[in-house]
Amino acid sequence: MKKYDVIIIGAGIIGCMVARFLSRYKLDILLIEKEADVCMGATAANTAIIHAGYDPVPGSLKAEMNVKGNRMWDTLAGELNIPFERRGDYVVAIGEEELPKLEDLIKQGIQNGVPGLVFLSGDEVRRREPNINPKVSGALWASTGGIADPFAAAVAAAENAVMNGVTIMFETAFQDFIMDGNKIVGIRTNRGDFASRWVINAAGLYSDDVMHKAGVRPEFKITPRKGEYYVFDRAEITINNVLFPVPTPITKGILVTTTMHGNTIIGPNAQDIQDKEDRSVTREGLEEVWKGALKLVPKLELRHVIAVFAGLRAGGNAPSPNPNIKYNHDYIIEIPSNVRGFVNLGGIESPGLVSSPAIAERVIELLKDAGEKLEEKKDWDPIRPARPRFRDLSKEEQKILIQNDPRYGRIVCRCESVTEGEIVAEIHAPVPARTYDAIKRRTWLGTGRCQGGFDTPRVLEILSRELGIPPTQITKKGPGSEFLKRRTKDVA
Amino acid sequence: MWPEKIKPIYDVIVIGSGPGGLAAAIAAKKNGAEDVLIIERDIELGGILVQCIHNGFGVEIFKEDLPGPLYAHRFIQEARSLGIEVLSDTMVLDLTPLRKINAIGKHVGFLELEGRAIVLAMGCRERTRAQIRIPGTRPAGVYTAGTAQRFVNVEGYMPGERFVILGSGDIGMIMARRLTLEGAKVERVLEIMPFLTGLTRNYVQCLLDYNIPLELRHTVSRIMGNYRVEAVEAVEVDEKWNPIPGTEEVIPCDTLLLSVGLIPENELSRKAGVVLDPNTGGPVVDEGMQTSVPGIFAAGNVVHVYDLVDWVTEAGFVAGKSAARYALEIKKAVRRKVRLVSGNNVRYIVPQYLDSESLAESDQSIQFRVVRPVEEKVWVEVTDGEHLITRKLERYVRPGEIVTVKIPQKAYDAVQKADKLVVSVAKSQGDQNA
Repeated sequence: MKKYDVIIIGAGIIGCMVARFLSRYKLDILLIEKEADVCMGATAANTAIIHAGYDPVPGSLKAEMNVKGNRMWDTLAGELNIPFERRGDYVVAIGEEELPKLEDLIKQGIQNGVPGLVFLSGDEVRRREPNINPKVSGALWASTGGIADPFAAAVAAAENAVMNGVTIMFETAFQDFIMDGNKIVGIRTNRGDFASRWVINAAGLYSDDVMHKAGVRPEFKITPRKGEYYVFDRAEITINNVLFPVPTPITKGILVTTTMHGNTIIGPNAQDIQDKEDRSVTREGLEEVWKGALKLVPKLELRHVIAVFAGLRAGGNAPSPNPNIKYNHDYIIEIPSNVRGFVNLGGIESPGLVSSPAIAERVIELLKDAGEKLEEKKDWDPIRPARPRFRDLSKEEQKILIQNDPRYGRIVCRCESVTEGEIVAEIHAPVPARTYDAIKRRTWLGTGRCQGGFDTPRVLEILSRELGIPPTQITKKGPGSEFLKRRTKDVA
Repeated sequence: MWPEKIKPIYDVIVIGSGPGGLAAAIAAKKNGAEDVLIIERDIELGGILVQCIHNGFGVEIFKEDLPGPLYAHRFIQEARSLGIEVLSDTMVLDLTPLRKINAIGKHVGFLELEGRAIVLAMGCRERTRAQIRIPGTRPAGVYTAGTAQRFVNVEGYMPGERFVILGSGDIGMIMARRLTLEGAKVERVLEIMPFLTGLTRNYVQCLLDYNIPLELRHTVSRIMGNYRVEAVEAVEVDEKWNPIPGTEEVIPCDTLLLSVGLIPENELSRKAGVVLDPNTGGPVVDEGMQTSVPGIFAAGNVVHVYDLVDWVTEAGFVAGKSAARYALEIKKAVRRKVRLVSGNNVRYIVPQYLDSESLAESDQSIQFRVVRPVEEKVWVEVTDGEHLITRKLERYVRPGEIVTVKIPQKAYDAVQKADKLVVSVAKSQGDQNA
């Protein structure tokens, strides 16, 4: 049985970030993921915001991680080459009756230690964002808010971990723990058993199932909370800013925001469901999102929509570790007292993306507190180099790129100008992209107006050639999602 | 297919080699354009015709019933025999209102070209699932009919075994027949409208003849399956396209094909500042297919989606003829200009060009600066590279002082023959090249 120092269950943003931060130390680390790629769960579909930190309940672990994490993003994005912009975000009050809520939020933000919170008048907001509802009465501007590409963040963290010696296994599903008394000594998976001194639960939507197998927090339950979104054609509408409505006690509300790729997105709604795999978009949900977004930006037009999608938040029911507050949806970041060899992370919903580096650092502190002698590697390299993105380059840079590698001269995705060179580079990267969706998330191919109609046959051909497998084995997102059934004329 | 030498400027550049583009290039050449270039992003010429292996093409133009690739082949051959140049596997990235093009290709690298006239012939693209916002999951197995057609007819692969087709457009119906012939089962064709949206002949030949049921006033209300399509939910709709509760029916299948309309593809047109008609989705054109930007023409489905390929060809002929006429007119209007070239000890010259006809009217003064000072008598010489045209003695030259030299009217004939004028500074005695 292969033996590791640390096994991390789940390669979402949390698992990848923990792997990356732990790769600094002399540890033999395995990161397992049940799906075919990193970030296939909650990280795959969210609003891609680096929250400033005025939302979470003061005194909660969520608030602490959010504010700490936010401060870490400049360095993190610089080291890992993650697309990230600190544009600031706005909480927009429509009508006079919503104004007092902004005051409350500013107070809460100051309590959480968020710097740079400013109240703006309605006139100033209208000047900054011309598309906004003219009835805007004022806004909270949080200068430390930002946007980032969550796929790029998870991929970059995982790649940097691999560069520093971490092993990743995909299509490897956790089944159970191997225990020695109350001590975890390994895990069972569909691909065999692995011994380990530590196991870290970063299973996201399934974090409750994982901790229950270890006999930890039987009362903890993840309730998937679905959020639906629309994506708009870049050529038709541009929103420069992150626009929140005033929040309700349950949700931060339906936003109008922009991605790092320049597409306006609106969403999410919030619907508690049971099925942890149900990412289906519903007619009712889409209507709700549409109405919510029109409140902020009345000019949106349905005919400019190029995609709709749904994501699931891993909402938990853990009481806050802070005894002074009453809050039952806090994060779990702990080494439980009743089981040894287990780092338990759970209920890490929004603002999970921004919090992820702070959570990774907290895991390191917990391990140190538990007596783990973490010794730094001398040759640890914190830098994950970026690969060229053709469409972001200047004409002169494009010329040089094509001269050096003619494959960058063939456009495969016409709407987003993604080249064959970029696709091949992703297939042979430290964390290889082996499915269509993996390439899509890394290059943004197939996300434009034609939604993959043009590129799909060409990407299949390139994947087949580079991986040395027949086109019938190429999948959209792992086994069971093959694109093609058989050759023509091959009638059974 | 790449010409040995790519010229920096062409009379007519056609973007796209589908039926519209081929016809435009041929018509341009036949109407007097000398250098005609087609730029095609795919490896093969012919556009979407390459994958349309069914018949029904050419009835109007050739009075023959041809399959798509053969129809295209006739025009490709004609284009070749006329000496039209072709850049395939090359994608146009940018087009400016002044008809400058940036294009890239695996074999040609990064190209910067200019057309005296441009014909836009980018065709159209298919509407997608997102544009009609079908609820449900996002598994593999949802394809536009055209993408499925490419898989089957060009790549040689079956994208599924049990199909439901949404939309009664022509490609959808033709694919229903094609997939049936390949041993697949087409469960149903659903159409949200109360009438057929494609041609009646396709309904008869592709659906009726193969017992494929068509349901009007029906749409897909949900896609099911997390990894691969497992079923779709079909539902009847009222006059406003709202689902009628209680009429839902789950149809097990592994693939949903969408044949829900085509949209002219005008990303490049927008970059060039061409005004689009919100109703057609294509450029606003005049009777000669000229767009709102002078010298930029449009041919075929990029303008509006035609019913028959033959009509696309006809529209391409009109656009190509107009483009040739435009190119020839501006060629005539632009008089020949001779470039002024910096020779020995000359940093720059203004003007950079001399219109060769200008000497017919008067002497022409040019000004320049030297690179380094020469504190003795020098000759300022203007040559055509070999022969002296005029010269002037200066007592000294200094970088801080502009030098003016006059090209006299009597140099008219010499300048007419020259393809450049070299200005240089030479010592008054001894070595001319010092």
